Amino acid sequence: MSVLDKKSKDALTDPLMKNNPISLQVLGICSALAVTVQLNTAVVMTLAVVSVLSVSNTLISIIRNMIPGKVRIIVQLSVIASLVILTDQILQAYMYDISKQLSVFVALIITNCIVMGRAEAFAMQNTPGKSFLDGLGNGLGYGGILISVAFFRELLGSGTVYGFSVIPDSFYAAGYQNMGLMVLSPGAFIILGLIVWGQRIVSGVKEE
Amino acid sequence: MHSNSYTIIFTSIVTIILGSFLSIANGTLKERQEINVENDSKKNILSSLGHRPQPESSWTSDDIKRIFAQKIDAYVLNAKGDHTDIDPKSIDTEADKENLPIYVDKENGEVRGYAIPISGKGLWSTLYGYFAIEPDGITAKGITFYAHKETPGLGGEVEKPWFQKNFVGKRFIDEKGNLVGIKVIKGKANPDSPYEVDGISGATITSKGLESFLVEDLEKYEPFFQKIRNGDI
Repeated sequence: MSVLDKKSKDALTDPLMKNNPISLQVLGICSALAVTVQLNTAVVMTLAVVSVLSVSNTLISIIRNMIPGKVRIIVQLSVIASLVILTDQILQAYMYDISKQLSVFVALIITNCIVMGRAEAFAMQNTPGKSFLDGLGNGLGYGGILISVAFFRELLGSGTVYGFSVIPDSFYAAGYQNMGLMVLSPGAFIILGLIVWGQRIVSGVKEE
Repeated sequence: MHSNSYTIIFTSIVTIILGSFLSIANGTLKERQEINVENDSKKNILSSLGHRPQPESSWTSDDIKRIFAQKIDAYVLNAKGDHTDIDPKSIDTEADKENLPIYVDKENGEVRGYAIPISGKGLWSTLYGYFAIEPDGITAKGITFYAHKETPGLGGEVEKPWFQKNFVGKRFIDEKGNLVGIKVIKGKANPDSPYEVDGISGATITSKGLESFLVEDLEKYEPFFQKIRNGDI
């Protein structure tokens, strides 16, 4: 990776694993539970968060030296809110059915702590290029978890992957049943808990 | 440290830029969004009347347009239940009590069912949907909801097939010919009663709301369905 210097590379790759916003910082849990019944909605939600987060980080970083300190949170929030509304409008125009399924959760990206957190903690101190990579990395880190949770929930709860049936009919005939729990929110908690556990074993992080 | 006047000017500029940016975006996307909404309501009318795509395939927006044009005859009734020449699209179904849009499912000239728009308050929001009636004017053929903001998993269950399926074959007119509506019973409905369906546990207010606006909306169409039951149409 000679294209990126050390710090930019860390900005992009840290949130994917070492400092993942969901499994390590435990942010953005609400939407992670709500939109992960199917892969389809999880993927669209990921795209929405990745674009909002990388663009908001870049924009805020560009104007970071102009923003008056006492209203900085309000300015950050206006930029983020505008981008979220735009994303919602685009989904309504081009992916109507999915936007109906995602319902309020696209609008709730505004209150997703990851977006505000990255703006305040990273974009306010770093150059636009690095901030963009940081936004991209955090968005993908969030999305990666979302998509893994959705994969297991859809597979175990509905017997499908991305809408395609993968459990052969003969299994059902032999008495196999879809796990109803996985379709409900507690299913997401269980999967998420297992992912957090697995990740902490791998990365060796311990709570203080 | 920035001065107060700088702060005010800065925030005003940011607001103006973001505001105009959003209104431009809204202006350009509006047309497509409206087409989507219209297609969605057509899809719901078809679905309430029992026309659904196979589970493994889905309808494109062109399919919906074509099937709707093929099967459905849309017109507006007046309060006495007579035909008018008003365009159904121009009616605000929630506010307008005089002009009543109706969607008739016809095959080879024979009526297969009627769909009427229904709407009313649940717990948090207004629910919008369609209620379909068999050609006898007595029996429910189906119900769908396409917009609501009820709690997912509780009141939000109104949009789920298990709930909507219960309405099929129920009656809203009793043996004496009075409009009684369909009762949404807390818990399990009496399986022998043709006038009740199972309620949604944890969503009593949504269920009761649905029950009462269904009767209100059916009442508006009563003159028309009376004519059908009397064989005048």
